[in-house]
Amino acid sequence: MTTPQPLQLRRRATGGETEIELSLDVPSDLEYVGPAVELIADELPGGPLSPRRIRFNFRTAFAEALANAIAYGNRRDPGRVVRVRVEVARDAVRLHVTDEGNGFDPAGVPDPTLPERLEREDGRGLFVLRSLVDQVAFNQKGNSVCLTLRAG
Amino acid sequence: MSFSLKKDKHGVVVVGVDGQLIVGNRQDLKQKVLDTLEGGGKKFVIDFTKTGYIDSSGLGVLVSLSKKIREQGGDLRLCGLNEDLQTLFELTKLDTLFAIARTPEEALAAF
Repeated sequence: MTTPQPLQLRRRATGGETEIELSLDVPSDLEYVGPAVELIADELPGGPLSPRRIRFNFRTAFAEALANAIAYGNRRDPGRVVRVRVEVARDAVRLHVTDEGNGFDPAGVPDPTLPERLEREDGRGLFVLRSLVDQVAFNQKGNSVCLTLRAG
Repeated sequence: MSFSLKKDKHGVVVVGVDGQLIVGNRQDLKQKVLDTLEGGGKKFVIDFTKTGYIDSSGLGVLVSLSKKIREQGGDLRLCGLNEDLQTLFELTKLDTLFAIARTPEEALAAF
């Protein structure tokens, strides 16, 4: 990261079912993944998720989604950003990660636990994502994912 | 987040992962272990006792290091996984690829 820029977290009290909405624009550089995850995770205690689920499920899933968006969606293009929006409601946390790429077909990603794929270095991201959250929903284009972690 | 490397009295290199092993720092871990391997180290333990989370690229680096160490006639063992991390290894079936011990002491004793 040659010219680090501070990440600017925006907070909005929404009222209704979603109590708080957090948003963040992340540059397309993988060095930002760790700091962005910590910035959002630090805002979650006291909400619907247990400390353990924040520490592990939320952090890991967010890191996966963000890294995918930066590396495969935006192809690390410094002219593109990844938009992150987090809805903190009473019953769940919903995390939206949107890149500026052309999208992909999640159905076309092979199972990384097949014996012939087990020793590959890459290809586990989507599988890990699906294992850690309650729901993974892509938009039709495949450049935006919504991860839902229900309360608990 | 940082990595510490130290050799025990039998020459086993114990690598501590403090914080997380993710896309932003995995190359640092890889390089440190490969440099040690090139310097003659053959037996490695990676200790996750102080690790919060590992993403898929962190898992990928472990797979790649394991292969490289085996190619050099060495051995890599993992230890200190908390319940969540252990589950992650089981879900991805990587628990079948690695020798996983409960504690650093057990991992060292297994060499």
